Amino acid sequence: MAALIRNLGARAAVAALSAKHVVPAAGSTALRMASTTPVEPKKADKPTVRQPDAVARSHLSDFGRYVAECLPKYVQKVQLTAGDELEVLIAPEGVVPVLQFLKDHHQAQFTNLVDIAGVDVPCRKNRFEVVYNLLSLRYNSRIRVKTYTDELTPLDSACEVHKAANWYEREIWDMYGVFFANHPDLRRILTDYGFEGHPQRRDFPLSGYVELRYDDEKKRVVCEPLELAQEFRKFDLSAPWEQFPNFRNANPPAEVVPPQAPAKK
Amino acid sequence: MSGGTQGIRKLADKLFTPNEIRRFQAYKNRLSEKYLTVEGLKSTFKRPDLGKLFNRRVFSSNKEDCPEEPKVKECDPSWDELYPPGPPYEPYDTHYWYPDPEFMNKQQYIVWYPEGDEWKKRPNFKGKQIPPVDRTFRTKLINFGPAHPAAHGVLRMILELDNETVLNADPHIGLLHRGTEKLIEYKTYTQALPYFDRLDYVSCMANELAYCLAVEKLLNVEVPRRAKYIRTMFSEIMRLTNHTMAIGSSVLDCGAITPLFWLFEEREKLYEFSERASGARLHAAYIRPGGVASDIPLGFLHDLYQFINQFNERLDEVEDVVTDNRIWRMRNIGIGVISAHDALNYGCTGPVLRATGVKWDLRKQQPYDAYDEMDFDVVVGSNGDCYDRYLVRMREMRESVNIIKQCIDAMPPGEIKVDDLKICPPQRSKMKEGMEDLIHHFKHFSQGFRVPPGQTYCAVESPKGEFGAFLISDGSSRPYRCKIRPASYAHLALMAKMAPAHLLADVVAIIGSLDIVFGEIDR
Repeated sequence: MAALIRNLGARAAVAALSAKHVVPAAGSTALRMASTTPVEPKKADKPTVRQPDAVARSHLSDFGRYVAECLPKYVQKVQLTAGDELEVLIAPEGVVPVLQFLKDHHQAQFTNLVDIAGVDVPCRKNRFEVVYNLLSLRYNSRIRVKTYTDELTPLDSACEVHKAANWYEREIWDMYGVFFANHPDLRRILTDYGFEGHPQRRDFPLSGYVELRYDDEKKRVVCEPLELAQEFRKFDLSAPWEQFPNFRNANPPAEVVPPQAPAKK
Repeated sequence: MSGGTQGIRKLADKLFTPNEIRRFQAYKNRLSEKYLTVEGLKSTFKRPDLGKLFNRRVFSSNKEDCPEEPKVKECDPSWDELYPPGPPYEPYDTHYWYPDPEFMNKQQYIVWYPEGDEWKKRPNFKGKQIPPVDRTFRTKLINFGPAHPAAHGVLRMILELDNETVLNADPHIGLLHRGTEKLIEYKTYTQALPYFDRLDYVSCMANELAYCLAVEKLLNVEVPRRAKYIRTMFSEIMRLTNHTMAIGSSVLDCGAITPLFWLFEEREKLYEFSERASGARLHAAYIRPGGVASDIPLGFLHDLYQFINQFNERLDEVEDVVTDNRIWRMRNIGIGVISAHDALNYGCTGPVLRATGVKWDLRKQQPYDAYDEMDFDVVVGSNGDCYDRYLVRMREMRESVNIIKQCIDAMPPGEIKVDDLKICPPQRSKMKEGMEDLIHHFKHFSQGFRVPPGQTYCAVESPKGEFGAFLISDGSSRPYRCKIRPASYAHLALMAKMAPAHLLADVVAIIGSLDIVFGEIDR
């Protein structure tokens, strides 16, 4: 990140400006963890509340802006989550170019593909999210690249960029049914041979559809439709009243990084 | 014709000089003398060399030489008596004589034998010769596992062999798949914690730590300092239990039994410490979001200090037996070599990556809990083979002993969990006295604590590598999605690249050196 800051020396003022914005967030964070009695915002030194790293946030914001400037065709949004984690939301057709850029660019060097996660949100039009966790050993930094797809649209395989993507994409194909085009060996990897369906989807029941048992008459294991003696119980844990009134001023789940730096004073 | 000849001569006079024409005439004359004479033509047609069966007398044209009545003897007729020599062959004579039916009728009672006595001999026998068998070569596909003792769990690997050389390795996983990630989606955050103990059942608390760090990051809480030190200490204890298991089992795969007995005795002592702190040996459920479940008991640090003092001597004994052993070195040096570039490209972490020479340790680079206050070295290898992975793990155990000693020396007093009762349940003694503590306890265990919406990825340096938890929360008391990143998953995927061009016994050594556990691979 030192090289990145040196390269973006003109935006050093933005870092100082971003650092100033952290103090109100810390104040609101302190308010979040207090009890129901109102607490003054000056008491931000409570040891329970985690203090965000302002320098890391400014570095990640600058790098996210840089990636959005270099790849305007594919990058749709850049945001910070959980305080100091950078997320780049890209279009589905830009998986290979964005991962290639993040791996081979001299200012990025994200050579290690840590994980590929699939997320299912059934209420959306594009219900599946594919999250690529990347790690840069050179700059000691992590980045998340997220894209979306539906049940039918395939994504390009990242195996030609990162060889570690082989088994992760096979797992997502097994668990979610997201098809990866140009994958060298797209097979099921975790479920049983001959398994039907995609068990990690939200509409797949937890108990499944079939059960296996040993049949004494046929002297072998048979596969039968599931018969539960009791219906699968779904506990409703939501309460009608508000649990944490201080969550109203809590940190947002994702802070969007604006594409252009705010104007200098 | 004469006009044409004169025309050619006139043309030649124009093209060539008189000396050239004279030289050409001389050359033509030499050719005529050599080839166009009767002697020259005769020399090209020579008498054909017929075999001894076809004598020249057969083609004789003199009728006096054909006897009217042949002289028949009783046995062994002679050729000279049947066919006396006649005049020599003359090529200009166009009348050739062939055996006619009249001639053959006179010969019908004569028996013909070849000359000499070669027909009397038997053929030469050159000894017994086995007829050749058509052998079409095909590679063999064998099942390595799922019940192989060296598979380190339920691994089914399809090996394509050329005699004993592995051509291709295809690991089949999923035999221990229990749907952990889907089960987590139906449980509260506190109920999801014991699922992490069942992933890597050799180092349980390291998995709990990754999950707790992710939940605490979403909750935006900071753990008290004593809880951080306790977590760091137990992470290193789990690293010792993992590496003793890994080294003992991989040495056992190569034929040595004694180091397994020595190291497992030390493992039992380490699990006794886990039992004293949490009440369980393996599936501790001790490290929880917000801190640890309970404080370490009195006398715990003293006994741990005594154990740490003698553990280095146990490691010395194992090193004396194993490290310079000729059989162990022969079976591990140069086996399963992977370069640093390939290790990074295939997503390797932990001791497998550090054995290739990449100095990457999450405890140093992205410190969590109390690791930024610890003083330790990162052990790296150089060759990236099985022997280097063994050496890295042995030295890491010594560094872990050093870290545990620092935790014992600098253990701070204070709280063991955050003081927010919305996140951590109160003590049971206080629960029975105060009404607010009773309400918090009831709401905590019946409904669970709510985590604000967001997503985070937190990783710890598990003994096997980077163990991460990608957690997505939607604001309720259940995780919306929890993706588990096991370290062994990427290492087992590496088998398809490392196993080819090795022998079948080397595959056993490679699996042992990668230190895979199928509780976290299959999830």
